[in-house]
Amino acid sequence: MADDLLLNIKGLVIEATAYPPGEPPKDITLVHGVDLALKRGKVLGLIGESGAGKSTIGLSAMSYGRGGVRLAAGSIMLNGREIRTAAPTDLRHLRGREVTYVSQSAAASFNPAKRLMEQVIETSIGHGLMTKAEAEARAVTLFRKLGLPNPETIGSRYPHQVSGGQLQRVMTAMALCPKPDLVIFDEPTTALDVTTQIDVLAAIKEAIRDTQVAALYITHDLAVVAQVSDEIMVLRQGRMVELGTTDQIINAPREDYTKALVAVRSIEHEEKPEAPAVLSIQNVTARYRGTNFDVLKNITLDLPAGQTLAVVGESGSGKSTLARAITGLLPPRSGRISFAGRTLSNETKARSMDDLREIQMIYQMADTAMNPRQTVGDIIGRPLELYFGLKGAEKQRRVQELLDQIEMGAGFARRYPAELSGGQKQRVCIARALAAKPKLIICDEVTSALDPLVADGILKLLLNLQAESQVAYLFITHDLATVRAISDKIAVMYKGAVVRYGQKSDVLAPPFDDYTDLLLSSVPEMRLGWLEEVISTRKMASAGN
Amino acid sequence: MHPIVKLLVQRIALGLLLLLAVSAVIFLGVEALPGDTAQAILGQSATPQALENLRAQLGLSDPPLTRYFNWLGGILTGDLGKALTNGADIAASIKPRLANTLFLAGCAAVIAVPLAILLGLVAARYAGKWPDKVISGITLSTISLPEFVVGYIVMYIFGVKMGWFSPTAMTFPGMSFWDRLHAVALPVIVLVLVVLAHMMRMTRAAILNVMQSAYIETAELKGVTPMNIIWKHALPNAIAPVVAVVMLNLAYLVVGVVVVEVVFSYNALGQYLVDHVTKRDLPVVQAVGLIFAGVYILLNMLADVIGIIANPRLRHPK
Amino acid sequence: MRIPLSALIGMIFTGGFIFVAIFAHWIAPYPINDPVGGVWEAPSAQFWLGTDTIGRDILSRLIYGAQVTIFVALAASILSFALGTFLGFTAAVSGGWLDQALSRSVDLMMAIPSLIVALVLLSVLPLNLTVLVLVIGILDSTRVFRLSRAVAADIAVMEYVEAAKLRGEKGNWIIFKEILPNALSPLVAEFGLRFIFAVLFISTLSFLGLGIQPPLADWGGMVKENRDGLIYGKTAAMLPAAAIAALAISVNLVADWILTRTSSLKGGRGG
Repeated sequence: MADDLLLNIKGLVIEATAYPPGEPPKDITLVHGVDLALKRGKVLGLIGESGAGKSTIGLSAMSYGRGGVRLAAGSIMLNGREIRTAAPTDLRHLRGREVTYVSQSAAASFNPAKRLMEQVIETSIGHGLMTKAEAEARAVTLFRKLGLPNPETIGSRYPHQVSGGQLQRVMTAMALCPKPDLVIFDEPTTALDVTTQIDVLAAIKEAIRDTQVAALYITHDLAVVAQVSDEIMVLRQGRMVELGTTDQIINAPREDYTKALVAVRSIEHEEKPEAPAVLSIQNVTARYRGTNFDVLKNITLDLPAGQTLAVVGESGSGKSTLARAITGLLPPRSGRISFAGRTLSNETKARSMDDLREIQMIYQMADTAMNPRQTVGDIIGRPLELYFGLKGAEKQRRVQELLDQIEMGAGFARRYPAELSGGQKQRVCIARALAAKPKLIICDEVTSALDPLVADGILKLLLNLQAESQVAYLFITHDLATVRAISDKIAVMYKGAVVRYGQKSDVLAPPFDDYTDLLLSSVPEMRLGWLEEVISTRKMASAGN
Repeated sequence: MHPIVKLLVQRIALGLLLLLAVSAVIFLGVEALPGDTAQAILGQSATPQALENLRAQLGLSDPPLTRYFNWLGGILTGDLGKALTNGADIAASIKPRLANTLFLAGCAAVIAVPLAILLGLVAARYAGKWPDKVISGITLSTISLPEFVVGYIVMYIFGVKMGWFSPTAMTFPGMSFWDRLHAVALPVIVLVLVVLAHMMRMTRAAILNVMQSAYIETAELKGVTPMNIIWKHALPNAIAPVVAVVMLNLAYLVVGVVVVEVVFSYNALGQYLVDHVTKRDLPVVQAVGLIFAGVYILLNMLADVIGIIANPRLRHPK
Repeated sequence: MRIPLSALIGMIFTGGFIFVAIFAHWIAPYPINDPVGGVWEAPSAQFWLGTDTIGRDILSRLIYGAQVTIFVALAASILSFALGTFLGFTAAVSGGWLDQALSRSVDLMMAIPSLIVALVLLSVLPLNLTVLVLVIGILDSTRVFRLSRAVAADIAVMEYVEAAKLRGEKGNWIIFKEILPNALSPLVAEFGLRFIFAVLFISTLSFLGLGIQPPLADWGGMVKENRDGLIYGKTAAMLPAAAIAALAISVNLVADWILTRTSSLKGGRGG
């Protein structure tokens, strides 16, 4: 029966106007006729990769189009009323009262000039739902329920005085304060470190259960959404792929695309045996100029030739700084780095052309790692020219080979980076590194900015290339699933020091130290009930608190 | 000490240091250029002996550093020296003229600041729509015109054709406030026009910048009324950039007055400066130049200070 | 690519002004300094734009004035640009004490309004074209320095520049192949703005009697010569004023278009 539906969307079409450079503006369709129904008190997960239209659909439940997005056709019924065509005044009465919103970046979503409490209770008072005292009391109750420290006083702080994970919870409290019927969670934990994410996730889940509110939970991470939702809708390029109960989607997906999403991060990689090191880092300590604490503390690591050492840690652990120390961009204060049997100069400038050639680097943001004014052919061709003196047809031929190696066609050589997709850009960066015929490639979070399926493709490509060319990878990441998929050895970093290091099988086997345990247990697993299990068995509080 | 106090003290100290450096540039830098004050006074036909005597008389034979500190000491005690051309006391000549300049600039500021903020708000509110385009179009064309061109256009229309105001801004001691106001009406209009465009465009940009923040969207999604979005969410964050814009443009006004005073033959500091540049009367030029630079530096410093005070991150540290 | 109407108009007018400036000698109907008619004659078939305060043909003086004004402004903006971009790029790429020294000196120069600095300098220096070009060019190079340093510093921290350094590229490659191509569009637009600034600045100085000196004619000076006529309703002073405005606006239109093209390019990136 349709009457107990809180939200009923039918045939929703969403459009926007695109402004391609040098061309007249044109209309594009973001969402092509999606139907969605949500009962009171239920949680529906919206999942998909970038461009799936999940946030756009989520916001349509508030009849809101972000940045010129138009809700062009279809019907959006909330509490039995059509809201797609509702007048602005009516929308104001419903936003913040019947539907509320939690964004990905609470840090940007709070007004920096106002205290948190004032913002949390603004709607409850503005819509005339409660007195100020009642609203404040409710806010404090919610702060406590969401596990915020000092719930009585945290409201008197300003947004910048509170950590990211805490702000995300305060925003959840803000959304729940006016007792709405529906809350839209738009990637609420995506920007957080993995060990913080789990606590916020647990807090949100508990708050949803206690307040009996219905929710749309939007995320790109199927394992996360599986923990909080009753049903899941899989979206792709503005169309629905599959809708089912969480149990069915996770355990018995029907569509190929859903199967691929479920199977993501399940690459198996057999660990290679110990071997002589190509890169050896001994007692390296480093700090940034003008600071007085070490960002790298006495690091000692070995990377065998043709193998992969994963360096894993959260933001601020010093893992990217390690890459800067190895490449000589941040010369170590003490310690020694030897490579292929010779000691490397501390500074990039002092290194020989061979040292530079044999250590290559791939970055997280392929966008900024390529000069936008050079073609793919120029980008890949430059190392060939610089290191091997290749020119003309010979260079062309080699560029061609490299493009084939990264599974891209000949036509790409003349394209500019702006004309490539995210995954293709990262592949070009890999080809540029390969062109130098290196012994070591440093991969700095190379899959973090990519959608899971695309990231999987990149990981498989890296593994294949390693098998072909025996190149070693120093693989820097915060994502343990990626570590499992690719590494032979693992180093866990925490606050500038290596806390655990060894062969993959040893590092990932108990007994664990507290931090590694926390880190490992925080990685969302694609099964029901995982969240509750983890929360009840953890030893160490998350690093974010 | 509260960190904000430390920042403010630092900023003010920097301003003073800058002022000192500027005084050195104006005095020592100019000394280093080719050209000779004694020669300037006596002309090309002067005998070497006459030049030598005059140099000694003016204290020009002392080392430059000594003369700089004498000059600086004089300024700090209100003694700006004497004009080369007529021997008049510079401080006494400056006082009434400075008052005139401040009166002119003050009148312009009183009109321009609220008007620019209002127009900036309107343009930001209707960004991309016709009110914005009209305002932006008009201000863009006034930016392309030098002050003296705007000055003559205004003088021709309101002073000559319409005959509403006198085309020259004559003031004299003992004039009533209203007469004085009437006399400076045209230069005030010109200054307002000149400074309005910049101030309005920068205000518009500052407000749009705030309106595009995620927290404004949050407020919209909370069902806050448009009025409250502007008053409660946008304004507290827009005050600092807008005040900075206002201060920067008041500093710009300082330069504008020089030209406008010449256009309308208004007897004030700018006119006095230009006259003495023409006469190559260096002590006057240095003294007046330092005053203009000082006001400019002061206003810029004020803009920074207000920016620091208005920033919640600095006011409420972690 | 389509050029918007406003930019097209700007280009045509800018081109026209430059043409007139180059061929002034052949175009101008009368000599620059000869009184050929009565004082402040109205426009007629003989004197298309009338005559000035001592009976010289205004059209001819405007044409010669275009030559002087545009020449001085162009020379000054080329100087400011060459100096500003060179020092700005050097500061951004080298960093360290050189960057500090250059940036702090520029801060100092910009702490005083340009017009005041120019007035102080011109009270000592001789008044001739070289001095004017030098004073305007050097004063204005501070703005070019700030912009080019900011642009280059933004690009210098991009990962593709870091990648080039790690690859072992030399300084020349990094500046000319990695940084410059990405800095070009904003700098070209800035050149237009600097040129306008130089036109306005030289006109203002001449108007104050401290710029270009007779027997040369320039637009700012022509406003000054004919200003007294305004009181009697003689609009001769308005013509050079209009010329300054027309040149400034047309160059502005072109620069604006280049700027929007640059930003739309940026917006289109990352597809």
